[in-house]
Amino acid sequence: MPEGTLCNKNPIQTQEALKTLLSDTRGKKYYEEMKSIEVDSRLLWDTINKTFHSRMRTWLEICAHCGLCADSCFFYRIHNRDPKQVPAYKIQSSLGEIIRRKGNVDNKFMWMAMETAWAKCTCCNRCGLYCPHGIDMGVMFSYLRGLLYQQGFVPWELKIGAGMHRLYHAQMDVTDEDFVETFKWMAEEYQEDYPGLSIPIDNVGADIMYTVNAREVKHYPEALAEAAILFHLAGENWTIPSSGWEQTSLAMFAGDWEACKMQVEHVYAAMERLRPKRMVGTECGHAHRATVVEGPYWAGRKDGKPPVESLHYVEWVAEALRTGKLKIDPSKRIKERITLQDSCNYVRNHGLKEITREIIGYIVEPGYFVDMAPNRDHNYCCGGGGGLNGIGIFREQRNKALITKRDQIIKTGATLVLAPCHNCWDAIRDIEKEYRIGIRWSFLKSLLIDMVEIPEHLKLNE
Amino acid sequence: MYNFLTGPGLCLSIGICLIGLLVRGVWYVKGLNWQLDRVAYTAHPKAGIKGAVRSIVFWILPFGTRSWRAQPFMALLFYTFHIGVICIPLFLEAHQMILQEKLGLSFALLNQNLADILSWGVIISAVFLLLRRIALPEVRILTTKHDYVVLFLSVAPFITGLICRYELGNDSFWLLAHIISGEMLLIAVPFTKLSHILLFFMSRAQLGMDFGIKRGGMKGKGLTW
Ligand code: HEM
Ligand code: SF4
Ligand code: SF4
Repeated sequence: MPEGTLCNKNPIQTQEALKTLLSDTRGKKYYEEMKSIEVDSRLLWDTINKTFHSRMRTWLEICAHCGLCADSCFFYRIHNRDPKQVPAYKIQSSLGEIIRRKGNVDNKFMWMAMETAWAKCTCCNRCGLYCPHGIDMGVMFSYLRGLLYQQGFVPWELKIGAGMHRLYHAQMDVTDEDFVETFKWMAEEYQEDYPGLSIPIDNVGADIMYTVNAREVKHYPEALAEAAILFHLAGENWTIPSSGWEQTSLAMFAGDWEACKMQVEHVYAAMERLRPKRMVGTECGHAHRATVVEGPYWAGRKDGKPPVESLHYVEWVAEALRTGKLKIDPSKRIKERITLQDSCNYVRNHGLKEITREIIGYIVEPGYFVDMAPNRDHNYCCGGGGGLNGIGIFREQRNKALITKRDQIIKTGATLVLAPCHNCWDAIRDIEKEYRIGIRWSFLKSLLIDMVEIPEHLKLNE
Repeated sequence: MYNFLTGPGLCLSIGICLIGLLVRGVWYVKGLNWQLDRVAYTAHPKAGIKGAVRSIVFWILPFGTRSWRAQPFMALLFYTFHIGVICIPLFLEAHQMILQEKLGLSFALLNQNLADILSWGVIISAVFLLLRRIALPEVRILTTKHDYVVLFLSVAPFITGLICRYELGNDSFWLLAHIISGEMLLIAVPFTKLSHILLFFMSRAQLGMDFGIKRGGMKGKGLTW
């Protein structure tokens, strides 16, 4: 069978296609079809010739086969140093082999490549720091995902996720109306406690345009309320765009580059429309990576920057604490052993390593913070990065992948884990669910809400 | 034969090596693409250069990176091997005499003792690199025939060179063998993984620019290699 009805080379472009795929519970039929779809070797080889240039070509070619990258990969370590989990082996046996065979690979090979690209690598880019030649396997796996996506070999959830971005400009079926309504509803809910709390929508020229992760709208609306409250208390001149508010990109995890471009251009259009001084995004790592770090390139922006300066939430919090816009009530500082998860996507891949520690300095009583080892640029992936958290058929691999982080946390002796990243937050929640190590986990916002002082003029008159 | 090998043969192999490397370097740079690589190479020259230089310097410094420190034995092999393979061909007295004769110039010389130590260093570390390839599963699984060939090509001039140096066996035979193996190595450089002599710097600079420009180099102190 060249193409399946559910599993095929076409991206999801219509509501019907999306509904049909969604109704195929856990992708049962989808994966059944995937077993017999054909590989279009011509297309594969053409794409490679157009997009596979000197940087990656050289990486594959000059790899010294020295194995120095082995220990850097958490998959290798938790699989009892299985040589098949060495980053260089994983990439040479998948992408490297496709190149050597000039795209002449079969269905079985593509299955293996799919498992390698999504269940044996989370694109955490840690190995790139340990290779003497500067070979970044994470970058190559991301590229491989693009090739696989194009051929229809992509996990069911990610095909859906990329389709959602194409149809809703969001990772879930959350419309612009849903977003605005939910945000307004949340403000109403909290207006009694925070008089004057409001949601400025589409204000042109605000200091801050705030963008979120669609699942906050759908599953965690309190996160929207908390963001609004903190901006309110800090006295920020902020706004949300009624369209172009979704910062995430499951399309990036799927390797659907066209959808990545569509998604990020939609956010940039909101920036152009509202001309805020800055954009601040929610506590999400991959969203930041997609919209701020990689996005400008998908959108063809030559300076590699979004249209306006864009901050991760932790950068805004650090600044607000530093400048005194937000003040912490000293008696409410955290007095519990706490550790911090460094998200690969904005720490290793965007340098925000000291800023989170600056925040810790304000909110944690001295002596209660314990860093994981290793940390900062060298921290390990939470175990669920790169989309792995959400892929049903690779659940077992994901659960095993959590072990590194579990052990890192146990070693700190912390009972509270600060995880300012949706993906890491999920993974750490699942560590507790799977392994019961007795921890709590939290975003920054919900901790701050309980700690910030309310300025006199915003206080409730009782 | 000897005259050919030390005359036109030598020029030819050095020429192939240098021109070959030059071509590879030019191709490398031409093949970079800001949008596909997702690095705005030219938009932020200062951050780019800083990132590139840091990426190269830390990796050349012995134990300059976390990776080298995590694998001290491998680091020791790497540095012993590479100091020898780089210094001996350039600075050995006998090699300098040829240069003097051909070009009328010579630079720093290695004294004989040091040269002996470095050469033995190359051979001993090569033996361990070889053993490491065979013994460690994570290296064995990556190893191809090409790796053995390249390693052999790299040490052959040192083995034959030392045989000449200690005058073991037929002098003129081993001298010829030394020259031939050296020239084979030079010719192999652009066509094999040995092209890393240049491409190491390219690749490291590229990743350094990636981190320096895009992945956080402009936010704070930059990456800790
Ligand atoms: C500036 C010059 C050079 C630099 C920066 C450099 C750098 C490197 C690096 C980073 C590696 C990978 C790590 C390792 O496997 O040890 C390597 C491996 C290697 N290099 Fe070089 N190299 C240089 C010159 C040379 C030369 C001149 C030769 C040979 C004549 C050579 C032969 C090798 C070999 C054989 C390996 C593989 C070792 C193994 O089997 O593990 N290199 N080099
Ligand atoms: S550390 Fe780099 S050169 Fe060595 S095997 Fe891994 S990818 Fe190849
Ligand atoms: S990017 Fe991360 S998960 Fe992927 S091979 Fe490298 S170290 Fe392993």
